[in-house]
Amino acid sequence: MALYSEKVMDHFRNPRNVGSIENPSGVGEVGNAKCGDIMKIYLKIENEIITDVKFETFGCGSAIASSSIATELIKGKPVSEALELSNKAVVEALEGLPVHKLHCSVLAEEAIKAAVQDYYEKNGIAYDKTQFPDCEACGHCHE
Amino acid sequence: MKTIYMDNAATTKMSRTAIDAMLPFMEEYYGNPSSLHTVGQIAAEALDKARADVAQCLGCKPTEITFTSGGSEADNQALISVAKIGERKGKKHIISTAFEHHAMLHTLDKLAKQGFDIELLPVGKTGTITAEQVKNAIREDTILVSTMYANNEIGSVLPIAEIGAVCHEKGVLFHTDAVQATGHLHINVVEQNIDMLSFSGHKFHGPKGIGVLYAKRGIVLSNVIEGGAQERGKRGGTENIPAIVGMAAALKEACEHIDDYGTKVAALRDQLIAGLSQIPHSVVNGDLKNRLPGNVNMCFEGIEGESILLMLDAKGICASSGSACTSGSLDPSHVLLSIGLPHEIAHGSLRLSLCEYNTQEEVDYVLKEIPPIIEYLRNMSPLWKDKVIGKKKFFL
Repeated sequence: MALYSEKVMDHFRNPRNVGSIENPSGVGEVGNAKCGDIMKIYLKIENEIITDVKFETFGCGSAIASSSIATELIKGKPVSEALELSNKAVVEALEGLPVHKLHCSVLAEEAIKAAVQDYYEKNGIAYDKTQFPDCEACGHCHE
Repeated sequence: MKTIYMDNAATTKMSRTAIDAMLPFMEEYYGNPSSLHTVGQIAAEALDKARADVAQCLGCKPTEITFTSGGSEADNQALISVAKIGERKGKKHIISTAFEHHAMLHTLDKLAKQGFDIELLPVGKTGTITAEQVKNAIREDTILVSTMYANNEIGSVLPIAEIGAVCHEKGVLFHTDAVQATGHLHINVVEQNIDMLSFSGHKFHGPKGIGVLYAKRGIVLSNVIEGGAQERGKRGGTENIPAIVGMAAALKEACEHIDDYGTKVAALRDQLIAGLSQIPHSVVNGDLKNRLPGNVNMCFEGIEGESILLMLDAKGICASSGSACTSGSLDPSHVLLSIGLPHEIAHGSLRLSLCEYNTQEEVDYVLKEIPPIIEYLRNMSPLWKDKVIGKKKFFL
């Protein structure tokens, strides 16, 4: 399909890390049903390292591929590094996304941030709130 | 992998008949029908014959047929022409429906900016309108009623003859966008009280880039394309003879077999609808009784349409969806929203549109492949999970 790169199609057809984690260290869910995409990221964090990550996604091909590749990019990495993952890095790893699908990569970035924030909250870890933009900030979703 | 093409409402495979009819006009009789020499005059004769064939399929006169570049141009020209007539008469009220094609809706938007009063009738949950609705909407200053013959997404067939009768009773012009109906449903513009009708060639195994505007004698058309004296001066540009000839051949063939193809296709459609309806939390969209023979349109709760299409494509199945992701915008299709579906449900739509080339084996294969795809995507969907555990409510 010309719409998507081979990489997107590979991650859509063979998504990595699909599912959920029992008793996760943090969970982040962004997007909404009205817009047609919801991403949920589960993290297992040990000694500030993301030892496991799973995702569930309601959405189009690029939403599923973005979630899948984002989990690969942060698995085994320190939390601080996961927080630095940008939507641009997701797009690059996917070898590009069509312009009208870029918001899928934004959702992936935000889902990870939301999961980390949840982890911080749950564990009473102090963090810089300005690092965590409101999920609605991207302007794509208006409920 | 074998391709199973179930996207015939988008476009169709050309028929052998249409291709064979076209080839001589590319290879041998490539002349311009306006030229005096033999090669040109053979093309001119073919143009006349194609016009006569098309007119016969619609039950009108050849002089009432204008060839255009397709259904969209025909819709544009119909509206623009009637708007001019309305302006002259001081009548600026136009009635249409909420689920028209964008070729209509966007032109109506333009006319609204020019001071026309555009009224879009609601199509209800079933996705249709009644003649009564039209009757009640017609005013003193109504110049036109324009409703599609059959909806391209959800397949509802509208009561065209009755709507036409109401219009004529009230002295209002009636146009119908018959892009999905032509070649698939019986049309007779006189018996059905149709003043203007648009269609395109590629929905019934003819070529793309060609269409027709029928306008009853006496209705003055305004040009969308200015140019030479082609099409009685109402549509400039050298006639696309191969496409015109191919379209006429395809239409003639479709009309000759309209009943047997219709019966065959409707039987396959009904199997698909019955089979897919077994999937829990799904719904069939559109009018179940008055329906295009080839249209299947379903929504599956908790998943998104584009991912269904990509999964189907991997199995060789070509289909389409009205989800936002497939429309390139953030909203799902206006048609699905017009029948009152919540955004969330409209995102999970799937349209299979059949033609007489589809087979029982293909239907069996599709019925085998779709349910596991829906299940797979639902298992991946946090939205579905929330519904299953009761955190969010089911709509369907």
